[in-house]
Amino acid sequence: MPFLKMASASLLLSLLVMACGQGESNTASGNRQGILHLGNGTDPQELDPHIVTGVPEHNILTALLEGLVLKDPSTLEPVPGVATHWEISADGKHYRFHLRDDARWSNGDPVTAGDFAWSWWRALQPSLGNQYAYMLFAIKNAEAYFRQEVSDFSDVGINVVDDHTLEVELANPTPYFLQLLDHYSYFPLHRATIEKFGPPDQRGSLWTRPGNFVGNGPFSLTGWQLFKRVVVEKNPHYWDAENVSLNAIHFYPTENITTEERMFRSGQLHRTATVPIDKLAVYRREHPELLHTHPYLGNYFYRINTEVPHLSDKRVRRALAMSIDREAIVRQVTKGDELPAYTFTPPDTLGYTAPDGFAYDPERARVLLAEAGYPGGDGFPVTELLFNTSEGHHKIAVAIQQMWYKELGIKVSLHNQDWKVFLNSVDNGNYGIARAGWIGDYVDPNTFLDMWTTHGGNNRTGWSSARFDQLILEEAPRAEAREQRYRLMREAEATLLEAMPIIPIHIYTSKSLVHPALKGLEPNILDYTLYKNLSLDPTKALPD
Amino acid sequence: MLRFILSRLLQAIPVLLVVITATFLLVRCAPGGPFSAEKAVPPEVVRALEAQYRLDQPIWQQYLSYLGDLARGEFGPSFRYPGRTVNELIAGGLPITAELAFYAMLVAILIGVCAGVIAALRPNTPQDYLPMSAAMLGICMPSFLMGPLLVLVFGIWLEWLPVSGWGELAGDKILPAITLGTGYAAYIARLSRGGMLEVMSQDYIRTARAKGLPERVVVLKHALRGGLIPVVAFLGPAFAGLLSGSFVVETIFQIPGLGRFYVQAAFNRDYTMILGTTVFFATLIVLFNLLADIIAVWINPKMRHQLSRSR
Repeated sequence: MPFLKMASASLLLSLLVMACGQGESNTASGNRQGILHLGNGTDPQELDPHIVTGVPEHNILTALLEGLVLKDPSTLEPVPGVATHWEISADGKHYRFHLRDDARWSNGDPVTAGDFAWSWWRALQPSLGNQYAYMLFAIKNAEAYFRQEVSDFSDVGINVVDDHTLEVELANPTPYFLQLLDHYSYFPLHRATIEKFGPPDQRGSLWTRPGNFVGNGPFSLTGWQLFKRVVVEKNPHYWDAENVSLNAIHFYPTENITTEERMFRSGQLHRTATVPIDKLAVYRREHPELLHTHPYLGNYFYRINTEVPHLSDKRVRRALAMSIDREAIVRQVTKGDELPAYTFTPPDTLGYTAPDGFAYDPERARVLLAEAGYPGGDGFPVTELLFNTSEGHHKIAVAIQQMWYKELGIKVSLHNQDWKVFLNSVDNGNYGIARAGWIGDYVDPNTFLDMWTTHGGNNRTGWSSARFDQLILEEAPRAEAREQRYRLMREAEATLLEAMPIIPIHIYTSKSLVHPALKGLEPNILDYTLYKNLSLDPTKALPD
Repeated sequence: MLRFILSRLLQAIPVLLVVITATFLLVRCAPGGPFSAEKAVPPEVVRALEAQYRLDQPIWQQYLSYLGDLARGEFGPSFRYPGRTVNELIAGGLPITAELAFYAMLVAILIGVCAGVIAALRPNTPQDYLPMSAAMLGICMPSFLMGPLLVLVFGIWLEWLPVSGWGELAGDKILPAITLGTGYAAYIARLSRGGMLEVMSQDYIRTARAKGLPERVVVLKHALRGGLIPVVAFLGPAFAGLLSGSFVVETIFQIPGLGRFYVQAAFNRDYTMILGTTVFFATLIVLFNLLADIIAVWINPKMRHQLSRSR
């Protein structure tokens, strides 16, 4: 069959011709040209800091914009950004920032105190729909202005003294205020650019597109293709441009984490956003130098619906919490160096140490359950454990289901729901026990504790304690010294853990694969990267 | 013929209306809205967002204004991507998905027809069993298995081809096209084998052989044309299927095509995007089926005759 032979031969030939074309990998060419290739999780929704809410967007925005204060990636202590220095009043409520003379926008305009005031004004426009507006509520009257109880913006505690001096008055002494300034809701925006593309409170105007975007960060936006990549290139107008080693960064959306790992292995990425669980052991065994894990400022926990009759008894909730073998879960199920959690606030949150909450004590758990009227689990109704559909959540739920059955003799039924359906169920209290995760907005116990106040939008457990509310809303904000404030926070957390409307399970870890050429990465609990510190070493290649 | 086409196009309008209405109502019935998130959204923000996307209006009014937008060819703004319209997203993803579907189709035809013809020439011999078993395997093997398998062999072990991307690195279109194409290649192989078997037993093939024509000419010139009629009829719906079914392959290979938008939109409750892509795909499928019908009438004299008589 000459025809068939010809056809098959030509097919093979064309495949071979195309196959031979695979040239130099991204990382090899990137190392030479100073181009960093990063896996960045989900596709960014937007690049407007007053609209976005996710980590992938945060990663890109910190390359494009810079706040008054940055963080030292190794200690997370504040270091100068646009502000060279600042003074804090004795009562901790007045901040005076001195802006550097040489701070420039990517179009060459000077960055002024007025730029900060204007973008904070924009962040507080309710019609913009900024979901992180609450980050600015530390400022005096910002919350009232956002809720339209105060109509004059000059009543908000922001005062432009001159182009290089900005004064901020806070509602309460907020020791973590400097931390907040590095969050994208506090970044300055270029007013003329935004107004060129529409009213300032219009969502999704075209100012964030490449070519339009004007930023003040070490990089400027040059490309954005949905589902493909975002490209940022070194900004020559940046005040510290001479210390920026990278020439460009390419951010790739990597929703499919198995594909992301393959991209890393074939030299297409310098760093991944995460690592698939089943690959952790392989890398630990064969290439431990490529695998980076570090505790992360987040807690994996279960909410308990305290309005369900048999779960309204705190002895039952404590029994459930005390009969989970967290060591076994992190060792055999999650396997990513997670820390077992016995408190809600992750360990050592800038000097805060949570109170001793509880321990793994099945014996004591059985006693508590018996005291609550369910000796050996007798008469305990089958309880629903709800989680959003995911292999990882399912594995943990199965393990805990077994532990509760073995230790307490109680039965739990597992239910998984699509993410949005799940959120709806939890929001409406249609659950018994539900999986949850919480990532802190800043390094301070407050971001883990203020959610459990009676009217906290993220409480969703029906739990309420007058003492807890008083500590978090009244006493801690007025505390003058850090130690006093932490003591009140500890008391609040002890109250929370005593009542146990939530079951902490483990502290998250950030996990990534890192190419040996990438230098300057410092591990920290925020997984915070200062891009201007990063560099690429062209002599380093992936091991075979 | 023109009347046939026109009447089919008119029939398509109520079909599309039903699709739009059903989708519109179904997405609204699904629990959870486009703005629900793990971190509670303040009521002020929810109100502002709902006003911006007209979600504060009664549902019938939303439906009517949506139909009005559609009539003007506008699918509305996306909820997931605040700065983008659904039209813009479809226009961005479609060329990529269409290109992928086109290459996949080429792969499917090339492999499918070759395998089918080889099998049909010696029915019930190893030369038949081998390609047909492979075809069966191709039909059975889902692309979420085939894709990673090909990546493992050609991308990771042999290092011949890139493991992901589209139009970024040389050769990155090969594995996605093969992954998407093989399932269809298997169908085409079975169809062309059947078609060829039927044709090869016809009198005119015997005549051709009796004239002493070489086997190559008999197969390529005489048999192939008739034997591939079932394949041609299959191509229209297959292409529509490739376009709307490329989601898995696009996810595995990180291809910025339309299929990913479609599924992500459902997870994100991106109402306008779900509706937009559904309406778009529904229109596409209606058109491709119409096209397949026209071709079927075109190449089948019996049907052509019937059509003109019914007039």
